[in-house]
This record gives sequence, C-alpha cells and structure tokens, in this order.
Amino acid sequence: MTVLILAEPSQGEVKPATLSTITAARAIGGDIHVLVAGAGIAAAAEAASRAEGVAKVLAADDAIYGHALPETIATLVASLAPCCSHVLAPATTFGKNVLPRAAALLDVAQISDIIAVVSPDTFKRPIYAANAIATVQSLDAIKLITVRNTAFAAAPASGGSASIEPVAAAGDPGLSRFLGAQLAKSERPELSSARIVVSGGRGLGSGENFKIIEALADKLGAAVGASRAAVDAGFVPNDLQVGQTGKAVAPELYIAIGISGAIQHLAGMKDSKVIVAINKDAEAPIFQVSDYYLVADLFQAVPELTKALS
Amino acid sequence: MKILVSVKRVVDFNVKIRVKTDQSGVETAGVKFSMNPFDEIAVEEAVRLKEQGVASEIVAVSIGPAAAQETIRMALALGADRGIHVKTDDEIQPLAVAKILARIVAAEAPQIVLLGKQAIDDDSNQTGQMLAGLLGWPQGTFASRVGVLDGELEVTREIDGGLETVMLKLPAIVTTDLRLNSPRYASLPNIMKAKKKPLAVTSPAELGADAAPRLKTLKVEDPPVRTGGVKVADVAELVSKLRNEAKVL
Repeated sequence: MTVLILAEPSQGEVKPATLSTITAARAIGGDIHVLVAGAGIAAAAEAASRAEGVAKVLAADDAIYGHALPETIATLVASLAPCCSHVLAPATTFGKNVLPRAAALLDVAQISDIIAVVSPDTFKRPIYAANAIATVQSLDAIKLITVRNTAFAAAPASGGSASIEPVAAAGDPGLSRFLGAQLAKSERPELSSARIVVSGGRGLGSGENFKIIEALADKLGAAVGASRAAVDAGFVPNDLQVGQTGKAVAPELYIAIGISGAIQHLAGMKDSKVIVAINKDAEAPIFQVSDYYLVADLFQAVPELTKALS
Repeated sequence: MKILVSVKRVVDFNVKIRVKTDQSGVETAGVKFSMNPFDEIAVEEAVRLKEQGVASEIVAVSIGPAAAQETIRMALALGADRGIHVKTDDEIQPLAVAKILARIVAAEAPQIVLLGKQAIDDDSNQTGQMLAGLLGWPQGTFASRVGVLDGELEVTREIDGGLETVMLKLPAIVTTDLRLNSPRYASLPNIMKAKKKPLAVTSPAELGADAAPRLKTLKVEDPPVRTGGVKVADVAELVSKLRNEAKVL
C-alpha cells in the first residue's frame, strides 16, 4: 500500500497543511510518497524529504507547474496515481481545486475534508456545515481524499530522510494561464495554523473598526479571522473568513468578537480548544459553544483586554 | 453564447439539521428546501452576463426527484430561459452529477458552465472541477469576478491568502464564491412567467450517464457537543480565567 500526498505549493519549506496531511496518511498506513510540483522546487523537495514518515519525494520541477494551475497539476496527479492505493491533498483552496479534477480523470470518487481515518477505506467527514458527521466507505480501487488540516496534528518537519526522485512533467494542455495574484501581506501567523485566532463579526460595524481586533491579535501574536457577515459587509477580505464557506480553524484559543454565532461560522471554529466570546447580546448563540463569555460592549471590552495583556 | 447553470435543491440554510435516530442520514421530511445559495449566485452571474449582452441563452439544469422542478422554476424566475430536469430518486454523488452534466453539455454545447462551488448539504466542493476534468475544459473555481475578454474568460479566484486571476480558453467551467455577486429576488410577475417557460425532463439512463454511487455512507452521527460555557463578569476575570484555568495565555 502506498499513499501519495500532493504537497501544498511552497517557497522552500513544508507547509503545515502538508504536514497534517502526512499525519492522516500515517493513520491510513503504508509507504508515504510526497509529490512536490512547481517551478524551482529543489528546496521544497528537500524540506519535504526531511518530514517524519515520508519514504520518497517525487519532484516535478517544471515551469508549467509554477502557478499551480489545476489543468496541469491534475494531469500529473492522475498520471502518477496508479502507483498508489490513496492520493491525499490538504483541503486548502489548492487541494480543493486540483484533486477533484484528478479524480474525474481517474474515474474515481473523492472523499472531501476528512476529519478521521476509520480504516484504509473508511473515513469520517463533516456534512451540513459540520452539523452532522458522516462515516463513508470508498468502493474505488484508488481513494482520492482531501484532509481537513485542523483535524490532524502536523507531522514533525524533521527526522526523516526520504529519497528524492525527479518525475517528468505530464504535459500542458494549454487551457489556462496565470495573470496575477494579489496576496495579503501580513506579519501575522497563517489563519489555518495559528495558535491563537481573534475573529471579528458584524458587531464591529466597519472595516475601520477592525483595528481593535488587529491590535488585540498583535498583542497575542494571533491570526485575524472574520465571520461571513463581516466579509459580506465588506469589512475585510474573504480570505479571513472562518466557517463552512471559508476556512476551518482549530487553534488553542479562539476569541470571537461581535460574532453572533451563525451555524455556518460555528462549523469553522467549534473544534478550537478554548473558545472565548465577547458580545453585547446576552442571547448570542456563540455563547453556547464558548468556554468563557463576556456580555459587554466590544468597543470598551476589546481595548481593555488588549491593555490588560500588556 | 449559451450558458449552462446547474442548480441543486438542498435543505434551506436556516433549517436546524437533525440527524435521524437510526443514523441513516439527516431528517428531510417536513423540512424547508431551497436552491443551494452558491447556485443562486451562479444563476445571478449568468443573468448578468446575459444583461451585458455576453450571453444569449441560459439553460438551468437540476438533477433529483420531482421536487427539483421547483428549483428549476426558481432559476427560470430569476432569468434563466429554459430548464432541464434530470429526474431520479437515487442518491447522485458528485462524480455522477459531473457525468450527467457532461452528457448535457455534449448535447447543448454551452460556452460556459456556471456551478456553485459547493452544495451546503454534502459540502463536497467537487462537481465543477470534475466536470472540467471529464470535458477537458479549463476551470475557474471559487470565482469572485468573471469577465469575457477577446474570446477568453478572465476569472478572479478566492484563494488562501488573497486573490488570483487566470485566463481561461472557452469553453470553460466556473464555480462561484460568495463575493461574486448578490443574487436578486424573484419578482412575482417573473415567478408567474417562469411557469410558462419550457422545462424538459430526462433521466440519467436516457442520457446514458453512469450514475452509480462510489461511496457508501455507513452512518451519520451528531457532532460532539461542546458543554456550556462560563460567563465572566469583566475583562479582568476573563484574563484571569485564561491565564490560570485554561492556561492558554
């Protein structure tokens, strides 16, 4: 049994999402091979080879993989998959984009967003915004799976010494090209892997007011998140969204500020270890999932909290 | 150009989900259904492309039991021109949906297929990508902006960490993210008019599509419940609890 992991694109390191996927692969069992695809990926392949539990790194170093276009990478994944019993990718926007396309090319189903491995062919995954957990069994010979990173601890990034094997590019169908990206520049930790997340909701009232969220986050060395309501209202960009339709996070401490607690938001954060909520509405549903909650005006309580931590 | 839009009938996002006691699934009897919210965004985008003169015809497809026709009628009320109902009472998984849509694409020859990025019932987020793979078409998933430029499709995508823009050759697949648009409401006159728009009925077998499930759901359970929290009086107490009790600071 061999499990092939499609690594999250990186600038030379192993992304936490890939390390979590390695842990899921170890729960399945068998040899673990990691496919690193990109342009100029020697350092990234090297880093992947040092991750604990990895037997082999497949390095697909070619200009056509430089922008992680699904039309090229899914073709590569599908060409390599017959080696393996399983192909795993992190359930990031990258993994979600590429893996189902590869599944269609292989004529197999995909199991999305698994949170537990029951056996090599049976997995648990959230459905209905994590209001129910389904246990599903795959009937396919090759199992294609995306992994919810927050459900699996990151494998150690060192301790391994896998061999690195170059693989030839699988061709470019010439269907798409990359024009550009606008990536948020932030000194803060990545939302999906931060130890502490401070999130703001509609209660903030404006994008300007998110400054008090950012000030608290910076005091705590935390990532900033937001509810869908805050994103829909245009306060913050969508990549900060935590929830069913955004990112799933499970930090050690999650602080929800001015967030009422819609089902779809809870779906993305209720696996956090400790949840704190600050809301002026004493009936806010978020309090039902909070370990500690404070009924207060956030415009007073949040600056006070930031100050108290100084 | 012709645009195909797929719409799914799902349990309304406001309904509190209840798992059946026999763990075979979630309770759907007596529950309100509506169009998957991401599919509403897809229909809206198609209608806007038609209003801009880019699209000439919008065909809405739904796969499911007889009641799926209500969802198609809603798409017609929002501005789609005609509907196709692929009638089946069986469970249709994403790969099968993609295979059925691929057959319809072969017959209809649209230039763009618009789909929601995920359905809020099974949360799979697969169908658009799979359809693109089956057809050998480019895909612009999680779109927040779509525009046709010199015979190509420019799609801005919501990705981890920000936005990315790609150019796709037509024909192409687009899946919608939240910020692509704000769907309009169907007006009463348009709801009435939608009843007279053409709606063809077919089936997976008639289309020659393999709709066999590949995954078996063994059981469906309630998620673990978090126990109720502790109310703190003020910021000082909160900080003290986080430091001394939860030990996370």
